[in-house]
Amino acid sequence: MTMQPASTEIASRTAAIIQELKGLEGPLLPILHGIQEEFGYVPQDALPVIAEALNISRAEVHGVVTFYHDYRSQPAGRHVLKLCQAEACQSMGSDAIAAKLKSLLGIGFHETTRDGSVTLEPVYCLGLCACSPSAMLDGEVIGRLDDEKLNEIVAEVRS
Amino acid sequence: MIPRIYIPGDSGALALGAEKVAKAIRAELAERGIEAKIVRNGSRGAYFLEPMVEVATANGRVAYGPVKPSDVKSLFDCGFLTGGHHKRWLGAPDKIPFLARQTRLTFARCGVTDPLSLDHYKAHGGLKGLQNAVAITPADIVKQVTESGLRGRGGAGFPTGIKWKTVLDTSADRKYIVCNADEGDSGTFADRMIMEGDPFVLIEGMAIAGIATGATKGFIYIRSEYPHAVAVMQKAVEIARKAGVLGVNVLGSPNSFDMEVRVGAGAYVCGEETALLDSLEGKRGQVRAKPPLPAHKGLFGKPTVINNVISLASVPVIMDKGAAFYKDFGTGRSRGTIPIQIAGNVKYPGLYEAAFGMTLGEIVDEIGGGTATGRPVKAVQVGGPLGAYFPRALFDTPFDYEAFAAKDGLIGHAGIVVFDDSADMLKQARFAMEFCAIESCGKCTPCRIGSTRGVEVLDRLAQNVEPEKQIALVTDLCNTMKFGSLCALGGFTPYPVMSALNHFPDDFRPTPVAEAAE
Repeated sequence: MTMQPASTEIASRTAAIIQELKGLEGPLLPILHGIQEEFGYVPQDALPVIAEALNISRAEVHGVVTFYHDYRSQPAGRHVLKLCQAEACQSMGSDAIAAKLKSLLGIGFHETTRDGSVTLEPVYCLGLCACSPSAMLDGEVIGRLDDEKLNEIVAEVRS
Repeated sequence: MIPRIYIPGDSGALALGAEKVAKAIRAELAERGIEAKIVRNGSRGAYFLEPMVEVATANGRVAYGPVKPSDVKSLFDCGFLTGGHHKRWLGAPDKIPFLARQTRLTFARCGVTDPLSLDHYKAHGGLKGLQNAVAITPADIVKQVTESGLRGRGGAGFPTGIKWKTVLDTSADRKYIVCNADEGDSGTFADRMIMEGDPFVLIEGMAIAGIATGATKGFIYIRSEYPHAVAVMQKAVEIARKAGVLGVNVLGSPNSFDMEVRVGAGAYVCGEETALLDSLEGKRGQVRAKPPLPAHKGLFGKPTVINNVISLASVPVIMDKGAAFYKDFGTGRSRGTIPIQIAGNVKYPGLYEAAFGMTLGEIVDEIGGGTATGRPVKAVQVGGPLGAYFPRALFDTPFDYEAFAAKDGLIGHAGIVVFDDSADMLKQARFAMEFCAIESCGKCTPCRIGSTRGVEVLDRLAQNVEPEKQIALVTDLCNTMKFGSLCALGGFTPYPVMSALNHFPDDFRPTPVAEAAE
C-alpha cells in the first residue's frame, strides 16, 4: 500500500496548494481537486488547514468533501478502473460486464484489491453512450467492452 | 502540398482506438518517409464509423472507417493519401447518408475543423456572430435571440432570450454567465462532443451572452468524468484570450468578457442549475429554493445567466445568420435544430442534428437502424435517467418539447437510449429509484427518503410480496415525489418509474417462482 505522508508534511503541502488557488472566486473545489491530485486522496489533516485559510468551519469543509463522490478519504489502488453502470451501458449488458470484472479481480465496487493494484468504481455515464458498454482506466477511455477487452484490462492492472 | 490526415481526438473515437490508429499512421509515415500533417479533429458523430480517418485530397475530403491499426499498412498501399480505394473507403464524409441527412447548424464545424485552430474556426464562419453582436446594442442581441425561438437545450426548454432579458434588466455591479457543462444524463454526449470538437463556438456563445446582458465574467462548469473536454476547453480559452476574443476588449470593442473552466466532482445533481451555482461557490451542491431566480440572484448572489452548452453554442449561428433563419427550422413552439443523441443498444449510434419534428420511430428505426443485437426494440428512454420509457406504441410522437410532455415524457437533453426485448422494465424502474437515492442532494424529503423507499417497494414487488399493494404504494410515492420535490431529480424520477409501470405492466407482475419439480 502507498505510504501516507506525515501530518506536518500534509499541512505544508496543503498550504502551498491553497496559496496558489485561494485568489479564485469560490476556491474550495479547485483546492480540493489540487489536494487530491497531490496526495491521491483528501487527507483528514488537510481539512483544518483549508478551514483556517478560507475562514470557514471545519464542519463546512468536511461537509463539502463528503458530498462529492470524487473525493477519496483513503488512497486508491495504483490503477483506478471506472465502469459505467448507467442506462445506455445497461442496454448493452453492463451488468454482466460488472459481474465478470468483479469476479476476475475478486473485489466489488468501491473496493481495492489486496495487493493495492486496482480500485474498482461504478460511474454513472462517461458520455460514451454511442460505444457502450464503456469504462475509464486511469483517465483513458475504453468503449465497446467485451471479454477480450476485459482480459486486456485485467492483465494491464495486474502487471 | 503536404498531405493532411484527420484522426479524431474525440473521447468516443479514442474509446474505439483512435490513438492506436494515430500511432500506427505516424509509424507508417515515418517508415515510408512521407511528410504529412496530422490534425486531431473532433468527431462528426457517426460513432459506428469511428475511428473515422479522413484525408484532404484535391477533390475534397475522403473518409475511411472504422479504421483499425491493422488496416493502416494496407491503407497506405491503396494510396489513401490521395483518396485511393480500400475496404474501409467511405467516400466524401458529407455524403455518408447518416451525415448527409442532417441539418448541422450548431455542429456545423464539429469533426470538420481542427478544434484548437482559431484560423480554422474563422475560415468556417466562426466569430461572425460575435462580430455582429459587438456592433449592436445589448437589447438588440437579446431581441434577436428571443425572436429565434431558442429554448434551453439542457432539458427545461425555457426561452433563452427571456432569461437573458431578465439579467439585462437587473442592475448590479457584477453579473455572470455560467455554462452548465455537467452533462450527466446517460445517453447524452452532445456537450462533450462540441467541447472536444469545436470549443470556440461555446466561447463565442458565452461572450455574446456576456455582451448581451452586461456580464463580464463566465464560468464553464464541466463534469470531472470528461477529462478530455476539460483539457480542450482550457486550451481553447487560453488561445481565445491571446487572440483578443476574450479579455478587456472583446474583438477590439469596449466590451470586457473573460471566463474560467471549472471542474465538477462527480455529483449528478450539480447539473441542476442552482446546485451547480452552490458548487461553483465552493459549497455542497445542494439545490436552492426558487425564487429568487438565478437571473436575479445567482452566482455569489449576483444576476446570472445559466445556460446549457448547446443553448450557448447555438447562439453564434443565430447572431450570424439571423433569428428568422434559425426559427425557420422546427415545428410548433420548438424552433431550430436539436442534436439528437442516439445511444445504447442501437445499430447506428451517434449524434444526429435535425430540425425538431421527426417522429421517435423515424429516429430509432430509420436513423438508428434498430437494435445492435438485432432483436426487437422494446423501449427507448428519452431524456436521460429522469426521462420516460417509451414503448413502440408511442413511436409516432414527434420530437418536440410539447408533444413529449403531452405523452408524459420529456425530451430533456435529447438523448435516446434504445433497449431490446431482453430489458426488464421493473429492473429499470428500480434503477431509476436507486440512482435518485445515490445522487440526491438530501435537501428535500420526497427525494432523499422517497427514492430509498421506492427501491424497497420495487424490491418487494420483484419478490411478489403483495404485488397490488406495492404498485399502489409506488404510484402514490411517485405522486409525492413529483409534486413535493424541490428540483427535477426527485421531481422527474417518477417519469421513468411510472412510464415503465404504465407501458410495460407485464414486467411488474412477475410470475411466481415455480414450485420445485417433483
